[in-house]
Amino acid sequence: MKILVAVKRVVDPNVRVRVRPDGQGVELTNVKMAMNPFDEIAVEEALRLKEAGKAEEVVLVSIGPAQANETLRNGLAMGADRGIHVQTDARVEPLAVAKLLKAIAVEEAADLMFLGKQAIDDDANQTGQMLAALLGWAQGTFASRVELGEGRVSVTREVDGGLQTVSLKLPAVITTDLRLNEPRYASLPNIMKAKKKPIDVRTVESLGVDISPRHTVLSVTEPPARKAGTLVASVDELLDRLRNEAGVL
Amino acid sequence: MATLLIAEHDNTNLNELTARALTAARAMQSPVTLLVAGSNCQAVAEQAAGLGGIERVLVADAPHLAQQAAEPMGALIAELAQDFQAVLAVASSTGKSVLPRAAALLDVMQVSEVTKIVSPDTFVRPIYAGNAIETIQSSDPIKVITIRSSAFEPAGQGDASAPIVAVPTPKTRHCRPLNARNWRRRTGPIWDRRASSFPGGGHSARRKHSTSSSNPSPPNSVPLSAHPAPPSTSGYAGNELQVGQTGKVVAPDLYIACGISGAIQHLAGMKDSRYIVAINKDADAPIFHVADYGLVGDLFEILPELESKL
Ligand SMILES: Cc1cc2nc3c(=O)[nH]c(=O)nc-3n(C[C@H](O)[C@H](O)[C@H](O)COP(=O)(O)OP(=O)(O)OC[C@H]3O[C@@H](n4cnc5c(N)ncnc54)[C@H](O)[C@@H]3O)c2cc1C
Ligand SMILES: Cc1cc2nc3c(=O)[nH]c(=O)nc-3n(C[C@H](O)[C@H](O)[C@H](O)COP(=O)(O)OP(=O)(O)OC[C@H]3O[C@@H](n4cnc5c(N)ncnc54)[C@H](O)[C@@H]3O)c2cc1C
Repeated sequence: MKILVAVKRVVDPNVRVRVRPDGQGVELTNVKMAMNPFDEIAVEEALRLKEAGKAEEVVLVSIGPAQANETLRNGLAMGADRGIHVQTDARVEPLAVAKLLKAIAVEEAADLMFLGKQAIDDDANQTGQMLAALLGWAQGTFASRVELGEGRVSVTREVDGGLQTVSLKLPAVITTDLRLNEPRYASLPNIMKAKKKPIDVRTVESLGVDISPRHTVLSVTEPPARKAGTLVASVDELLDRLRNEAGVL
Repeated sequence: MATLLIAEHDNTNLNELTARALTAARAMQSPVTLLVAGSNCQAVAEQAAGLGGIERVLVADAPHLAQQAAEPMGALIAELAQDFQAVLAVASSTGKSVLPRAAALLDVMQVSEVTKIVSPDTFVRPIYAGNAIETIQSSDPIKVITIRSSAFEPAGQGDASAPIVAVPTPKTRHCRPLNARNWRRRTGPIWDRRASSFPGGGHSARRKHSTSSSNPSPPNSVPLSAHPAPPSTSGYAGNELQVGQTGKVVAPDLYIACGISGAIQHLAGMKDSRYIVAINKDADAPIFHVADYGLVGDLFEILPELESKL
């Protein structure tokens, strides 16, 4: 069993992003970047399957600029075996990401793919589903529990009404939710070891995928700010204001 | 060319979120066709036919669509979509699973979580947990869009019923039907985005009571509790009760944040509420920057008092 995990370099979740003065995007220069938190969960789940003797190899894939190499190194330091870096400075939309990941899944003859359910920058929540469609594989989105069986994988999904368990025929695509696991921290020896693990750098052309964007960003603006409110002194004052000022009670 | 709207339902009842997405669909400036796909879902089609401004209702009724699984639904929608200029669905867990699949089969880049339709090819959507608002134009021949329902008012009922038309339901070839599917509904308050008000309880709210037991329930409200991520991750509430960037997005008339610090990931899910009340023992908690009314103090003293005075 070979598992592929897609890892994306995004703005660190603790950074408060600012819209650029030119209104064409958010400020990304000198901003702390990190692996998308959902992708850390994806790497962790793949590693647990390997450690349980259910998978032989965990391969990470990242699509992005030269610095995506750091994201791959972070995942290798967690314990993954090797990385594939599709290097590009272009804007790569989820559909194009899915096409690139498909090309790699086919080349690598992957049995299972883990992705994050959403990337915390674009919040698109679509790459995994698109990848599954393009491969013609089954999908298990928003996973909070994964159990690998013979030729099948059972996935418990977090859906609007509660939890839903599906049994998918392999190969399959799984996207991870927050409650699937708690990702490990990389230990110092593993960080050192990760420096020697192989990362294969690829071009978009070598995968034969057209990544021209379908969306044009017309503008990026600040959200409307809420005006600062008032502190009230007591429950009585709160109820009075809610009844008589806001009129919501 | 018409717009195809995917109905949100459970095979018995049409979900009210469909009416909200219909408001968005009408903004696409073309006739709206509604698709009800499921199993034994005729009753839903009849309810849907009564909505105002719908040209017709398509019904895809087959056992393999009972769970609205992404694999057969994606294939069905991709096939039907050839005749439409746009396909819309609510950004629910079903919509989010199904629509990107259909989009990829159509070779279209989906527009996710749209909060405003500027024109039939230009859309507004939040990015970075709502810290930036993006306006994008799509060059795809068919637009595939998920709708953030809290941003749209529900469409009303129509004068006449729209015709109901059955459509074929092809089985997907390359995807095996899923088996061993089962549902576990959680006990406790069921999520309802329509609630006019509800309290959100954070990390701290689990100490003595569960938030739901200390819920103040103002008139005209559905008693609910909404938890940020930590209580959920530690087993206190599931994702269906989580509000935020990666949970639900709600915009009730009144949102009461009890012991919630105000992390950006949480604010992303509730900052469009009409009135926000924050109760927190830390006067410097960031939640006070977005709250209309703030009360500094211990929630385990304040909530019982609030409840007794309502
Ligand atoms: C240098 C650069 C600049 C960009 N600038 C912009 C911009 O200004 N505006 C804009 O709208 N878009 C921009 N993009 C494109 C944006 O990053 C894509 O939309 C994104 O790759 C996919 O969207 P998402 O991450 O929200 O998808 P989601 O569907 O939310 O992602 C889900 C999962 O897919 C996987 N995944 C997604 N992307 C990658 C990746 N690149 N590598 C590996 N795995 C991945 C991860 O597992 C992730 O958890 C830029 C991309 C790059 C590389
Ligand atoms: C990828 C990712 C996605 C996430 N998605 C979400 C999401 O969708 N939704 C979400 O909510 N979070 C999400 N989070 C988590 C988020 O970053 C915060 O950690 C979380 O919202 C904080 O929850 P909290 O306010 O309950 O806890 P804390 O930040 O620990 O704050 C507790 C607050 O309660 C107050 N308090 C404690 N005891 C009392 C008392 N007795 N009386 C009054 N006040 C008291 C404290 O002063 C403090 O302000 C996500 C995180 C990541 C990394």
